[in-house]
Amino acid sequence: MNEVATRDAYGKALEELGHERSDIIVLDADLSGSTKTGVFAKSFPHRFFNVGVAEQDLMATAAGFACMGKTVFASTFAVFATGRAWEPIRQSIAYPHLNVKVAASHAGLTVGEDGASHQALEDIALMRVLPNVSVFVPADAVETREVVRVAAATDGPCYIRLSRAKSKVLFDAASYRFEIGKATVLKEGQEIAIFACGIMVAEALAVAEIVESHGFSASVVNVASIKPLDRETVVRVASRATLVVTLEEHSIIGGLGSAICECLSELLPRRVYRIGMRDTFGQSGPAPELLAHYRLTAPFIAEDILTVVRSESPL
Amino acid sequence: MNHSKPLKKPTISELETLARELRIDILNTVYTAGCGHTGGPLSCIDLLTALYFYKMTIRVSDPFWADRDRFVLSVGHVNPALYVVLARLGFFPKDELRRLRKLGSDLQGHPKRKIEWGIEMSTGSLGQGMSVANGMALAARLDGRSSRFYTLESDGGSQEGMMWEGVMTAAHYKLDNVCAITDFNNVQIDGYVEDVKGVAPLEDKFTAFGWHVISINGHDMTAIVEALDAAETIKGKPTMIVAHTILGKGVSIFENKPKYHGVSPTAPELEIALKELGA
Repeated sequence: MNEVATRDAYGKALEELGHERSDIIVLDADLSGSTKTGVFAKSFPHRFFNVGVAEQDLMATAAGFACMGKTVFASTFAVFATGRAWEPIRQSIAYPHLNVKVAASHAGLTVGEDGASHQALEDIALMRVLPNVSVFVPADAVETREVVRVAAATDGPCYIRLSRAKSKVLFDAASYRFEIGKATVLKEGQEIAIFACGIMVAEALAVAEIVESHGFSASVVNVASIKPLDRETVVRVASRATLVVTLEEHSIIGGLGSAICECLSELLPRRVYRIGMRDTFGQSGPAPELLAHYRLTAPFIAEDILTVVRSESPL
Repeated sequence: MNHSKPLKKPTISELETLARELRIDILNTVYTAGCGHTGGPLSCIDLLTALYFYKMTIRVSDPFWADRDRFVLSVGHVNPALYVVLARLGFFPKDELRRLRKLGSDLQGHPKRKIEWGIEMSTGSLGQGMSVANGMALAARLDGRSSRFYTLESDGGSQEGMMWEGVMTAAHYKLDNVCAITDFNNVQIDGYVEDVKGVAPLEDKFTAFGWHVISINGHDMTAIVEALDAAETIKGKPTMIVAHTILGKGVSIFENKPKYHGVSPTAPELEIALKELGA
């Protein structure tokens, strides 16, 4: 199966947009080679601005461009974008509702060898709490392109979460469409409803096959738009399930798992099993080994789900 | 009313009179609000008076005019000074000043962006306005606009590391369409700046960071006007006007008293102040 990192798809999508729209401005903080904004910079050097290792400056400068009517993409690693620069995003982008797209790469555990300091496991949570800010987590290269294009066409701030590691291409480039506030049901099932985002969507599809071989029918939903959340689809799919599972390469606190729990506890209380990083930092290692170590690969995930679904006791 | 390239610039004495009247507006506004900052607005009002009534090219009747000059109030907590200026210019009715900090008012306790009223950017968290102005200035350069971009910084605000990120960006990109002014009144909430965490010599620091620096008495209207004019002639680098000012300037009981950084005047204090200002 074809594998492409979402950050590569991002760089390509940006460059493509650059040809179509002269109002697209891209900023980076000394990581353009890694975030792939360098692809845009090469084609449009006069519309690319590097502010050096200064993530707070990155966000507020982006806000200044947006004040002048530009559509701005600001990129760095997710941990710096949403951590170090959280407050400039809050004050200078979210509060004045400026047209800045914070598109951050190297999110999650799959940063790999750089270790815990560079593995953003709380970025979805940090962005989700900000009023006016939408949060998008594309599942593959095709969806990344669509998310970038839809974000650029939509006024206002958003956060786009991108990965360093290559991941499976799941969708058909010719037919796939991303819509803000819409979740996509990739597989209809019964007892188990799996809601996943980002690179975990591919795992979720594999998990569904494993649990089905054990006699449990599973739905798989790709939640690329974590905020706004597609509450209708979440409730519809969860309503026929006895166990709801959330799956993310992120802390189980504050991210997709929390968003699904918030929705279901208001509208349709269900038993929810959140899978992700369980309130712990990551560590160095090759990405595939890390995912396996933290039981975030399909065989482990399936095993854990089966244990839970067969158990009557609380988790 | 159209303030685009006024045919006749106000004289120094007209600006001084205006600044005195705006001080009265500030005191009445902050007193009515019942809380907020008194000292800072009085220390920077001479600077804002010169900027808005002498220097900047804006159109009150067309606030979204793309080629306007822009002002970012990095030091957001002195917003009463900005609000009284904008009201005087006619961006909104003066009565609105009475609603400062009141529920539902567009005059928030710290500025909230509202271009219709001339408020260019939301600020309040110190150290961010410089970067915002840089982004605006870079965009204007890209689009071939001759607009100029002003910010008001502060001594306390220069303790924010982020401000220096913006300072470096402006110098790196040779943003000669950026002119920042530092209101150096030497007082922050916890006391005198030099006691809390000294920032001097600011002039040397900005020079070392690649800026053209002009040091002035921030209450000398002639010096302010000359500095703003000089800044416009500097090419290839941004200009920082370090304005040495006095907290609470114009009202003897407030002057240089850290207590008046962050409180509004009492009724008896207001009476004394208005009398001194000839209201």
